[in-house]
Amino acid sequence: MKQMERAATLPSPAGRNRTAAKMKKIWRRDWQLLVLCAIPIAYFLVFHYQPMYGVQIAFKNFQANLGIAGSPWCGFEQFERFFRSAQFWTLIRNTISLSFMQLILGFPMPILLAILLNQMKNEKYKRFVQSVTYCPHFISTVVMVSMLSIFLSPRNGIVNTALGALGFEPLFFLGDPGLFRPTFVFSGIWQNAGWGAIIYIAALAGISPDLYEAAQVDGASKWQIIRHVDLPGILPTAIMMLILDMGKIMNLGFQKAYLMQNNLNLETSEIIATYVYKVGLIDAQYSYSAAIGLFNNIINIILLVTVNQIAKKTTESSLW
Amino acid sequence: MVKHKKQSRADLAFDIFNYTILGLIGLMVLYPLYFIIIASVSDPVAINAGRLSFYPIGFNLKGYQKIFEETRIWTAYYNTIFYTVVGTAVNIILTMMIAYPLSRKDFFAGKAIMAFIMFTMYFSGGMIPTYLLVQSLHLYNTPWVMILLPAINVFNVIIARTNIKGNIPEEMYEAASIDGCTHFGFFFRMLMPLSKSIIAVLVLYYGVAHWNEFMNGLIYLRDQSLQPLQIVLRNILLQSQVSAMGDIESVLEMQKAAELIKYGLILVSTLPILLVYPFLQKYFVKGVMVGSVKG
Repeated sequence: MKQMERAATLPSPAGRNRTAAKMKKIWRRDWQLLVLCAIPIAYFLVFHYQPMYGVQIAFKNFQANLGIAGSPWCGFEQFERFFRSAQFWTLIRNTISLSFMQLILGFPMPILLAILLNQMKNEKYKRFVQSVTYCPHFISTVVMVSMLSIFLSPRNGIVNTALGALGFEPLFFLGDPGLFRPTFVFSGIWQNAGWGAIIYIAALAGISPDLYEAAQVDGASKWQIIRHVDLPGILPTAIMMLILDMGKIMNLGFQKAYLMQNNLNLETSEIIATYVYKVGLIDAQYSYSAAIGLFNNIINIILLVTVNQIAKKTTESSLW
Repeated sequence: MVKHKKQSRADLAFDIFNYTILGLIGLMVLYPLYFIIIASVSDPVAINAGRLSFYPIGFNLKGYQKIFEETRIWTAYYNTIFYTVVGTAVNIILTMMIAYPLSRKDFFAGKAIMAFIMFTMYFSGGMIPTYLLVQSLHLYNTPWVMILLPAINVFNVIIARTNIKGNIPEEMYEAASIDGCTHFGFFFRMLMPLSKSIIAVLVLYYGVAHWNEFMNGLIYLRDQSLQPLQIVLRNILLQSQVSAMGDIESVLEMQKAAELIKYGLILVSTLPILLVYPFLQKYFVKGVMVGSVKG
């Protein structure tokens, strides 16, 4: 009833004039902000939203001479072909196994490192270890994989020399399908654990000093302080990071897997992202490849939304 | 008293453990990097025999000499410098241009524009539709694809926006606008000069991304003369995997040449980043923390 009244009063000439005047004022205040945004918005429209329009080729038989809009529709044919293909389960398994291994082993490392660094009272030593461990984050993937091939070489790599000195057989890290995932994951930890620790160090610095004082007055040992003050203190940050990581499960980077790939380890190293590249750009099966990419993207979004929803319900941290 | 002593012994044990573990972690990161430095000036025969450990053996600069003679490396180096410098300049201008309006609390379209760009973080057309777009814009196999395609990174926009919000007080704009300063004037005369530290963070993030860019070169560039450094590095350093189809003799030949230059090449290609790294370190740590604040 009240709403109806308001609806009846709003379009009165005076009201309309007032809204028009208000809009004019806002426009006069903000139009320059819109102008500043114009080029960035155009960038997003062209380079991000245009490909989203182009993703329709996943439901078409794309023919270059007919263009995206002109190619004939084929429904879910491309998707069905992918689901039925021999590679389907291998790709899913490889992508998920690699991701999970990365998550389970890689997620706790930055937290561990941050806690140890936080307990280090010698500032110089602490800063030195910090600077050193950040460093590899900036090494390019190509250099990273080259370093792997140098240090893990079964012929003369340091790692295998060390293994040999301990009486083990040399391992062919980059050629053995069984060793592809551990090599991928542990080199990732080597490269990114230090960088990942930054955010936890910040969270630890944000814990109230009163808590530490109270713990010390109560005679808590360092282990106890870590368990009862540090860990609860960084839990919200850790949950946030976990959501972010889980949302990326199907979104493994293309570059490193592609660069570490060779004919010997293909059995475990072929993941969805590398397959999309090969099928699409090497074999030029545009529609088929776009369908696989879209499938992956949708699974990824479902995962992200689900994880976010669970986190929202069980804890107070969520992305949106 | 007794209890206290026991605890401090436990703490001492912890400290010893902590020093040792962190020292080992530091060594594990540092040693491979150090090894590459000494290997780059050592005799390949000694390296292959596994004799290299803490200091160079058979000191020589043949590897570096060979690198200097390789013109394709220098073409690629030049290309990457071009992509990095021009690309980063474009990145900074565009990122600040959108970060400033988004940082204004009262901007009427702010929320909508934020949602519009955030959406691209979660959903994208994917590799093939983007490839078709690049072709239809006639950017395929031109240097501009390396600059335009990654022109704005949403994550960096969020970092910049949060930083502007935190660093530039609302009152400053109000005072300026009373003096007749427009948004344009404020952007160029106040915001940009006052945002040196966030621009430093953005330069580092975007710059490193351009320098290390591999995938866009792989997908969108065909000509050897346009290739960025990372592609050429891959061709030289990881060629045994790439050209396994070639005849054995030429592969062996290439491997022998690569053996001599690979350590030096890794250093030469990573050097610019290692050089700016110590100077920008204090800025980028700040950037990570700002970025972690929910957008």
